[in-house]
Amino acid sequence: MSNTDFVLAIEDLTVSFDGFKAVDGLNMYIDHNELHVVIGPNGAGKTTVLDLICGKTKSSSGSIKFKNRELTKMPEHQIVRAGVGRKFQTPSIYENLTVYQNLEVSYPAGRSVWGSLTFKRTDEVIERVNKIAAEVLLTDLLQTEAALLSHGQKQWLEIGMLLMQDPELLMLDEPVAGMSAKERDQTADLLKRICQNRSMLVIEHDMEFVKQIAHKVTVLHQGKILAAGTMDKIQANEKVIEVYLGH
Amino acid sequence: MKALSEKLLGGKQGAIALAILAMVLFVIFPLWLDSFRLSMLGKYVTYAFVSVSLVLLWGNGGILSLGQGIFFGLGGYCMAMFLKLEASDPVSTKIQTTPGIPDFMDWNQITALPWFWEPFKSLPLTLILILLIPTLLAFIIGFAMFKRRVGGVYFSIITQAIALILSILIVGQQGYTGGVNGITDLKTLLGWDIRTETAKYVLYYVNVCLLILSIMLARYIITSKFGMLLLAMRDKEERVRFSGYDVSDYKIFVFCVAAMISAIGGAMFTLQVGFMSPSFVGIVPSIEMVICAAVGGRMSLIGAVYGTLLVNFGKTMFSETYPELWLFLMGGLFIAVVMFFPDGLAGVYDKYSKNFKLGELLAKFNKNTVKRIGDML
Amino acid sequence: MFGYTMDEIGNIVVMQGFSGLSLFSVLLLMALGLAIIFGQMGVINMAHGEFMAVGAYTTVLMSKLAVKYDLVHTYFVFAIIAAFIFAFVIGYLIEFLMIRHLYHRPLDTLLATWGLSLVMQQIFRSTFGAKEVSAELPEWLLGSFQPTPDIDIPINGVFVMGLAIIVTASVYLYIYRSRGGLRIRATMQNRTMASAVGINTKKVDRMTFALGCGIAGVAGASFTTIASTGPTTGSLYIVDSFMVVVFGGATSLIGTIASAFSIAQAQSILQFFMSSSMGKVSTLLVIVMILMMRPEGLFASKLRK
Repeated sequence: MSNTDFVLAIEDLTVSFDGFKAVDGLNMYIDHNELHVVIGPNGAGKTTVLDLICGKTKSSSGSIKFKNRELTKMPEHQIVRAGVGRKFQTPSIYENLTVYQNLEVSYPAGRSVWGSLTFKRTDEVIERVNKIAAEVLLTDLLQTEAALLSHGQKQWLEIGMLLMQDPELLMLDEPVAGMSAKERDQTADLLKRICQNRSMLVIEHDMEFVKQIAHKVTVLHQGKILAAGTMDKIQANEKVIEVYLGH
Repeated sequence: MKALSEKLLGGKQGAIALAILAMVLFVIFPLWLDSFRLSMLGKYVTYAFVSVSLVLLWGNGGILSLGQGIFFGLGGYCMAMFLKLEASDPVSTKIQTTPGIPDFMDWNQITALPWFWEPFKSLPLTLILILLIPTLLAFIIGFAMFKRRVGGVYFSIITQAIALILSILIVGQQGYTGGVNGITDLKTLLGWDIRTETAKYVLYYVNVCLLILSIMLARYIITSKFGMLLLAMRDKEERVRFSGYDVSDYKIFVFCVAAMISAIGGAMFTLQVGFMSPSFVGIVPSIEMVICAAVGGRMSLIGAVYGTLLVNFGKTMFSETYPELWLFLMGGLFIAVVMFFPDGLAGVYDKYSKNFKLGELLAKFNKNTVKRIGDML
Repeated sequence: MFGYTMDEIGNIVVMQGFSGLSLFSVLLLMALGLAIIFGQMGVINMAHGEFMAVGAYTTVLMSKLAVKYDLVHTYFVFAIIAAFIFAFVIGYLIEFLMIRHLYHRPLDTLLATWGLSLVMQQIFRSTFGAKEVSAELPEWLLGSFQPTPDIDIPINGVFVMGLAIIVTASVYLYIYRSRGGLRIRATMQNRTMASAVGINTKKVDRMTFALGCGIAGVAGASFTTIASTGPTTGSLYIVDSFMVVVFGGATSLIGTIASAFSIAQAQSILQFFMSSSMGKVSTLLVIVMILMMRPEGLFASKLRK
């Protein structure tokens, strides 16, 4: 595979589970500062693509290059350290820690065993936690136990935890699922703000929301790309209307 | 420096709890109990090392090891091997076919000291091995399992199987290990008789000092970022992994530390009680140690110590008078703690101490007592 | 090798192999019950060995009655059924009183069921005494037949194996070919969905747990034909049974059978050439090491999670 200028270059990616190809010969490229949305019906392989990129699932063949570094053979924590952050579909936060602790644990220092034993809460850490907390609208709740947050706040907290790591590629799996209309708009604003200086890959079902945020859209169907391009182009695409938007 | 002491003591509340524990163990019990009961207490204190290790490993890390007896036992056996060699000098064993080797070897027609007994001729080497062997074994087990993401119930069962293997092995290899009786008749440590009353007192104090140091070590780990990560992993392992941490490294480390703390307890057990046997290695003691920690509170280092002392006092008292009742009680304790008091005594205390101020009570008590004493006079 | 001729080794392997088959049958039945419960609910039942003892003691009691009423020749079949029913009913009650409150805490279930096992052991001890007791076996179960002059095959071993095969086959048919089994499998795969389509998942859990215990009871009944029963008999088999389940891949029936077979045979044959304890140690050690290399067991398939 040749090197490219893309942040993320996925080429001929395939994964099969006992013969069933969940992702089949996928090619996809993401540019710097691009907010790329993947849509598709249930079972199209969207989440599997994220799993493959972040190393949760190992690919059967093909390549995933992040800034020209091959990810398919790397262990998960190194993929993260290389600059890829991933948010899960259901909010995945540490319920028994406070919001502050949730953010602090995600701070990218003291990641080795020894480092974590000697980690000190410096002013820099505190400052960063406060800054990110403000970004995700949780400043007033820093000392609250995370289990007590509302569903939408939990989603924001997890995004905040990823921002702590300042990843170059941020992947979000259905960030507005289960949110109220107001929260959804706030999240759209949040995503627009944070996609400066980083690329984002978002999976979403909510078409209104996709229209608000997407620079580019890829439609997946049965593990393959059905169409790709701007939102306007996708909405006009007949194949897409047939399998997805039409229903 | 201030931060360090804060971490070792666990803040003001932690420091008070630790001070009270030290007070109880250093002053109150030695004044209250006769030397027989005190040395029994010393034995329980050695079990408390294991409970402390389980609070770290299981309470905070969510890793339930049903094989802590392995490490307790290895620590204890290392110490026992040294003491046994000292007790088996050629003069005191001259009636044996082969003088200078432990008596049980002689009984089993072994004529030379096996190679793995050699290092235990030296005390410094023995002390190193007490810490090293259990930690190394924990590293191997932890590395093999955690790197392959074996966790939860599987880990518990496999550690239990290893505890079973080790205890069968010790019982089966009588000539090398003393078999089911264990290593007995330990007499002196570098010439110092460990069976005298003074020795028992001295060992008791050493024991308590080491326990408090272990608690402080565990405190440090729990209050550092490492401890926060342990809690985070217990809750959402995936999230920690996808925040850039190698989860397995953390688990291996905490498992090794827990093994080492248990091993210190085991070594102290041998010194305090004067023997070591496979009945402290296998499945039953390992799981009883878990219940001790659970009774005290799986999240509370200090609570686990009290829990251990309480359960074992109960065990001794009941099995002296009503042996058949004890198993019912022990079984019931398992069920009750797990079902109704998952946070143990520490949890109950936390719940009630909120609407119940100890200070006020003491003040009231003092006032009444002073008044009553005044009346009496 | 060990000072035996090849012929002798052949005979030893055949005979030890057959004695291994008795162990295999008991382990298989034990593991079957454990695997059903574990696969269904993720629950580890540490008291499973005591349910086996329930079956064994039931058989012993039945044999006492049989001697009294001169029914020794026929009672054993009924004893097996009674063992199943007793263990089933107790399992049903335990699920109701204890297990169902702990479903989301697998590690705690493990501890609570350990507590239960202590209580049950003490009940056995108080009721039947600390000494081991044995059942009066019908004559047709005793003795052995000799295909060649050097080989003795005990009839009880063959009987126990036959029983294990019948029970395993029935469990297979029940789980994969019946409505009840369908409900169990549906709950196992997707609890929420199963309850959404009208399956009473709580009832399914209770039945599954009781069924697993019932099978352990049958294991106990067959156990009485090869050894005598004491209060701690069950606890001697619990770790082996767990190893069978884990080694076989937890959810695979074929895996459970294969691993019960290999573990029992390895132990039985090794115990002849080494001491009994070393045979057991080597077998367990090999399993633990294989599990460290391949934690998912021998027969697990790759799944999309």
